[in-house]
Amino acid sequence: MRFFDFASHGHYWLALLPEVILSLSAVAILMRDAFVEKVSRGSVDLVDDRASVEYLITMYGIAAALIASLWLSDMSAPTDSLIALDGFRVAANFILLGGALLVVTLANDYLARERLPTAEFHALLLFALVGMLVLVAARDLILLFVGLELMSIAVYVLTGLVRNDSRSSEASLKYFIVGAFASAFLLYGIALLYGATGTTRLATAAVAITNEAVGGNFLLTAGVGMLIIGFGFKIAAVPFHMWTPDVYEGAPTPVTALMATGVKAAAFIALLRVLTIDLGGVTDLWRTAIWWLAMLTMIVPNLIALTQSDVKRMLAYSSIAHAGYLLVGVATSSSLGRAGSLFYLAAYTVMTVGSLAIVFHVAGPGDRKSRIQDYRGLGWQRPGLAVVLLIFLLSLAGFPPTMGFVGKLFLLRAAIDAGEIILAVTLVLTSLVAYYYYLRIVWKMYFESAPEDAEIPEAPGVAFRWTVGLSAFAIIFAGLFPGRLIDRAQDAVSDSMVPSDEISTSHMNEFHGSDLPRDPKVVSAETGSQRESLRELRWR
Amino acid sequence: MSENFLFQAFSASAILAAVIMVTRKNPVTAVIFLVVVFFSVSGMFLMLDAHYVAAINVILYGGAIMVLFLFVIMLLNLGHTKQKDLKGPMGGLVGGTIAVAFLGTLTQFFIGGSEFEGMSRQGDVQLPLGLEQQGVIAPIARPLFTDYIIVLEVTGILLLTAIVGAIFLTKKRSV
Repeated sequence: MRFFDFASHGHYWLALLPEVILSLSAVAILMRDAFVEKVSRGSVDLVDDRASVEYLITMYGIAAALIASLWLSDMSAPTDSLIALDGFRVAANFILLGGALLVVTLANDYLARERLPTAEFHALLLFALVGMLVLVAARDLILLFVGLELMSIAVYVLTGLVRNDSRSSEASLKYFIVGAFASAFLLYGIALLYGATGTTRLATAAVAITNEAVGGNFLLTAGVGMLIIGFGFKIAAVPFHMWTPDVYEGAPTPVTALMATGVKAAAFIALLRVLTIDLGGVTDLWRTAIWWLAMLTMIVPNLIALTQSDVKRMLAYSSIAHAGYLLVGVATSSSLGRAGSLFYLAAYTVMTVGSLAIVFHVAGPGDRKSRIQDYRGLGWQRPGLAVVLLIFLLSLAGFPPTMGFVGKLFLLRAAIDAGEIILAVTLVLTSLVAYYYYLRIVWKMYFESAPEDAEIPEAPGVAFRWTVGLSAFAIIFAGLFPGRLIDRAQDAVSDSMVPSDEISTSHMNEFHGSDLPRDPKVVSAETGSQRESLRELRWR
Repeated sequence: MSENFLFQAFSASAILAAVIMVTRKNPVTAVIFLVVVFFSVSGMFLMLDAHYVAAINVILYGGAIMVLFLFVIMLLNLGHTKQKDLKGPMGGLVGGTIAVAFLGTLTQFFIGGSEFEGMSRQGDVQLPLGLEQQGVIAPIARPLFTDYIIVLEVTGILLLTAIVGAIFLTKKRSV
């Protein structure tokens, strides 16, 4: 266990090692694009060069960032530092980097097929990833905002990547305008919080809010409200979801996958950290708002999704609905709910990227065939693809024995433990409604035959096949044996930086080799009882 | 005229100009009112002893960014709608009042600078410690390059991303 006190700038470099690695990879790609590419352009058909250099740099960069995140799990820092160094951040990094790794691998064929610029795609994706990691690591509202903006701006451009497709440009502009609007809300919320507490540092603000009589302050209430609105746009919670279907449909599908998983997960984790950990002492302030957000976000999109005829659009509504399930974990405001949200986010990332990958593969050149009608007979034309898609859809719907099912059970358990019976019932009922639209695709694939003139989707490449295959396997495997992953999620949550009154003494504790700023016995007892209550989950 | 009054006058003119700005149909007029907003906000910064921020606000937003806005609007030929925005009696009255009030207060502030200097130390506003010794830039620069150095670095990456994105989205298609 190494301790960072950020006395020298070197500590920042080390504490932000994953971010530094990713930024350097992105800059390397840009430099190569500017200086090297020109020589070889024209002589070699680079578009068909599947393992392009950009792709390799991105893969190695993300892999190195994963290793760096693993290394960071042994480090610690004072609770009031600018950057979090805790299990929560490491778990978040794993979800985000893992999701990005899947997106990059699967997007490779798509980029070649649609003749999209690989250098820009990979560089912007890496920059977006840096933004996401900064967002989940930030312990200061200013850093949080800058991270969110970095992520958003990169994704705005990625959305408009297909420049000769008006849908893509339209989606990009829409996303940009709504996103700028959301950022303004968030920034105003931050300003009001600063006005109420006199600090942007989350740990200090949390202590100020709980200790002093700032609790009933109007500035504080308005600030937290604006914060929730800003994050609500980014995680696409109802009623801030209007942009989602259009943007998800218009964006190039790998970018949709990145938006539906990475962007949503990063904003969600940041929301989780700010609300349930830092403002966990004043739950009255935000719990009602989140409760209603969760209710609406579970009910509305599930009903709208029933009538969709485009698979991408349907998955967009499904992704909004999943934000609702995740918000249940926030509404419980318990460590069980936090762990449940993390676990579900991991499941959600794999199954969403996987299903969208199949969607863009089936869609064919120009991204045209994405209507539900186009899936007729897929089960017999491309049995492998269909089986994998079946697994992802079942997991999204929440059938046993998949990871999605365990995740929902986990969240359900957290909701019931916290006494949120109405939320729990809504979660079950809306999941049942969702079965219909997920299973409709399955029905089309297996029980209807393709029209005579339909062209069979081409066979996917080796990397694509292995990646979706392994993802599907992971979904089933984690559904059958979720024990270790549940333990990981619980460990990550119990090892998160909690704002404490005795910031200065916690420094000392850590410095003298003690494990955590809080009493270790209490922590282990807490996790022990949670594990007890999760035994039922683990028999699977 | 107390300093408090000036602050409120600047606030009022900022809010008024902002409202006028978003209700205009002619983009050029809207941009001009946005400039008024920026100047009023700069005035508020001045009253808070944040001279540096006030100056930067005028130079960057009031100057550079607004000029770019106007350029874009004029290049896109958006400014030629037949809307009578400022020409009506109400528009002229409101605009004129704001302009006079604003210019008046600002002139008074700059001319009577010595008069306000003594007053600004008496109000509720507490100056950050050591502002007198360090001047107004050091309290911004020091945290920026010590406590918030990471934020500055990430902002650098953010700007790089924005540049790459802007160039990518606007460059001529090579294929």
